[in-house]
Amino acid sequence: MEYFVIVIGSIFVSNIVLAQFLGICPFVGVSGKLSTSIGMGGAVLFVMTLATIVTWVLQYYLLTPFGLGFMQTIVFILIIAALVQMVEIILKKVSPPLYQALGVFLPLITTNCAVLGVAILTIQKEFSLMEGVVFAISNAIGFTLALVLFAGIREHLDLMEVPKGMRGVPIALLVAGILALAFMGFTGMV
Amino acid sequence: MNQVANFTKGFIKENPVFVLLLGLCPTLGVTSTAINGLGMGLATTFVLVMSNLVVSLIKNAIPDKVRIPSFIVIIASFVTIVELTMQAYTPALFEALGLFIPLIVVNCIVLGRAEAFASKQTVFSSVIDGLGMGLGFAFALTILGAVRELLGSGNIFGLELMKGDLMLVFVLAPGAFIALGYLIALMNKLAKS
Repeated sequence: MEYFVIVIGSIFVSNIVLAQFLGICPFVGVSGKLSTSIGMGGAVLFVMTLATIVTWVLQYYLLTPFGLGFMQTIVFILIIAALVQMVEIILKKVSPPLYQALGVFLPLITTNCAVLGVAILTIQKEFSLMEGVVFAISNAIGFTLALVLFAGIREHLDLMEVPKGMRGVPIALLVAGILALAFMGFTGMV
Repeated sequence: MNQVANFTKGFIKENPVFVLLLGLCPTLGVTSTAINGLGMGLATTFVLVMSNLVVSLIKNAIPDKVRIPSFIVIIASFVTIVELTMQAYTPALFEALGLFIPLIVVNCIVLGRAEAFASKQTVFSSVIDGLGMGLGFAFALTILGAVRELLGSGNIFGLELMKGDLMLVFVLAPGAFIALGYLIALMNKLAKS
């Protein structure tokens, strides 16, 4: 039951992009096309889950016992940067097709604040390792959901006649606002 | 390089938020009030100035291959300083900004300026660039915060300006996107004329 609450809560009720404003850069930048947003979502799912596991283990077996809590930000961002590099190298060797699909998105993920944000939130909410993993996966799904929905709308938007001053980013942000409004309908579900 | 132009470019011409569209996460996340926007802007300014200073000081000592990780460590150190200082001296603001303070470390503006400017220019120009860009960011966040606070609750910086039923949606998440969308459209219009 607790896991169910975490899953629904992070995908719909407090969606990482539309309610918590994490990962906005790829949300606005990459989401022009449906196929690229699915690729980006896959890469985020992969890195976010791995990063949450590694940072959780480090936090509870290294930082907390030795009283190094103030090093959290530095350690976490370095771990994420190293992890992204490692995933890139391993994917290149082990699964070239997957690397082809996700490769271009991987370097972008280091500065995706959603990954660091979820790692820190997992610690702040005092989740167990298993809850943390579920939390990371559902947030990645929430991120992908928002990205895919937004990309679908933007593909149609390209064919519409938008007033000149609103073309490009302004209209995209208004659409995001309306999407966020729709997601507010889930408030109070869990 | 003309230092005055170097300083002022961050406000309008190359404003990080309105023109370059960098650092949108904190821009949308913390600007429910003008004071939160200003606080976040000033915290980012501090990190930006200090990281630009250090990066430009040691740019010749860093091997090219490990420059990005080195920049990240430098930035993360200053973010930690800001985090601990705010926790000690401005606990209310620290609570309000929450997760977005450690997330300054992944703010694209900070790393972007270190990579694109400070790693190539002199120490003095880099500090001026950091200050200009940081204050430009603070300026954008304060404006967005003031607009949202005024439309949503009738206040600016806590001063009551309007009474009655207001548009609560502007203080909530959707209002952040909508207000920023209209502000960018307005800035595009102003930049053209």
